[in-house]
Amino acid sequence: MKKTLLPPLIPFAVLTLLAEFLVRQGFVRAYLVPAPSAVFRAMLDSRVELVQALLSTSAGSLAGFAMSALTGIAAAVLLSSSRGVQRAFYPYAIFFQTVPLIAVAPLLVIWFGFGIQTVIASAFVASVFPVIANTLSGILSTDPPLRDLFRLYGASPLVTLFKLRLPAALPQVFTGLRVSAGLAVIGAIVGEFIGGGGLGSVVDVARTQQRIDKVFAAVLLASLLGLALFGLINLLSHLTLRRWHASEQPD
Amino acid sequence: MAVQLDRVRRVFNNTHVVIAGMDLRIDTGEFLAVLGPSGCGKSTLLRMIAQLAEPDSGQIRTEPDGERFQTAFVFQDAHLLPWRDVLDNAALPLELMGESKARRDEKARAALDQVGLHDALDRYPAQLSGGMRMRVSLARALVTEPRLLLLDEPFAALDEITRFHLDVQLRELWQRRGMTVIFVTHSVSEAAFLANRAVVLARSGGAIKLDRILELPAVRNNELRGDPRLGQEMRLLLGAIEE
Ligand SMILES: Nc1ncnc2c1ncn2[C@@H]1O[C@H](COP(=O)(O)OP(=O)(O)O)[C@@H](O)[C@H]1O
Ligand SMILES: [Mg+2]
Repeated sequence: MKKTLLPPLIPFAVLTLLAEFLVRQGFVRAYLVPAPSAVFRAMLDSRVELVQALLSTSAGSLAGFAMSALTGIAAAVLLSSSRGVQRAFYPYAIFFQTVPLIAVAPLLVIWFGFGIQTVIASAFVASVFPVIANTLSGILSTDPPLRDLFRLYGASPLVTLFKLRLPAALPQVFTGLRVSAGLAVIGAIVGEFIGGGGLGSVVDVARTQQRIDKVFAAVLLASLLGLALFGLINLLSHLTLRRWHASEQPD
Repeated sequence: MAVQLDRVRRVFNNTHVVIAGMDLRIDTGEFLAVLGPSGCGKSTLLRMIAQLAEPDSGQIRTEPDGERFQTAFVFQDAHLLPWRDVLDNAALPLELMGESKARRDEKARAALDQVGLHDALDRYPAQLSGGMRMRVSLARALVTEPRLLLLDEPFAALDEITRFHLDVQLRELWQRRGMTVIFVTHSVSEAAFLANRAVVLARSGGAIKLDRILELPAVRNNELRGDPRLGQEMRLLLGAIEE
């Protein structure tokens, strides 16, 4: 753990010190980039507001992410059931991904109103596709000899799905979930820009007040939230796969 | 269990004739080695015998007929389920066939015992050597007490020492169980060492270039590896392959 945490902290520390130096010496205007110390002070001064916003954004991201995980896996299972179903519906899944979220977010407000529902919906829309795509590709790439083996002993398609195809797809499911976790936070913030609440609103309001230090503080917290979700999925993946997946073996 | 092939034909993509019309009978209790260059249709043949694929024309019958789960298949690599421990991997066929947990564990233990795996039953495939993984794969095939055992280049990926061990063990298992074995390999020495009968396939069309009963003692152990009679059989097989 120490070995993975320490190396990335070194460039962070160097950059922070450098930024502090550049801003203080006036090489960079403080209304464009705040001094790291100013961001830190903004965080302390607005801590109650920021913590509340962080909790709200976390709730929206997590709920949207959970919906993506559940419906994404279910959709992949349905899509894998037959080639016909796949041909008919998979193009829509791809289309769904290409819809620009920022343009759809106002629609979500009309449908779900101002509040957490819009944030959840936005997080969901942003993060569902990687789960579908990765799970589907995992289910479809089941080792052919193992499929033969299951057929040899008369396993039904349902038994094969639950005892072979889904478990074999787990590494790819987790790959999808990792990507999806980061997207869910982005989706939640976009939802908050338009639907209100959370870190998204803090950024929006602070921007109009030209409180660039507070904008940075909120952005930093949002990034940390994404990082934490990513870490959570990594931990789950490690606990699930450590016994069997070669890439999780210490070697 | 005996296998009878009549004018079996298999074509891929409407044009690629892999097996053009094969007649072959394998009697109950035979140990047949099938040799041939890679791509000549050995795996295709084996999958059809296992009823995992259908011939385009012709017939494959097994005698006695209509009994389910009498056939077992061993692949080139172990192909274990990495999320199951050794015991649960070996018990998988019985689980799919609907046997109770207690019975399948007992049978899986017995099968693992037969291939020389007494401990390590709770280890996972990632923690095993290649040879041990192949032993588990063999136990998984034996757990249903099959009467026809099909092996598709099973030990090709193993180092030679491990392969020699498994060859001897497989031969002993066959003698004890009295099952029919069809063993696909591209190793001439392995075919001659293991089998009672060897069939050599042509590069294309699945024509049988040689079908020979090997004149070797029943007991095969590592002493036989230096025996001139084995060398003689190998020369004959090699001659047919290179013809
Ligand atoms: N599912 C398939 N579709 C198309 N061609 C195939 C398929 N399976 C095998 N073949 C072709 O049939 C030939 C025989 O394959 P195979 O039986 O695997 O050979 P072997 O096991 O002797 O190496 C090869 O040329 C291979 O490309
Ligand atoms: Mg083959």
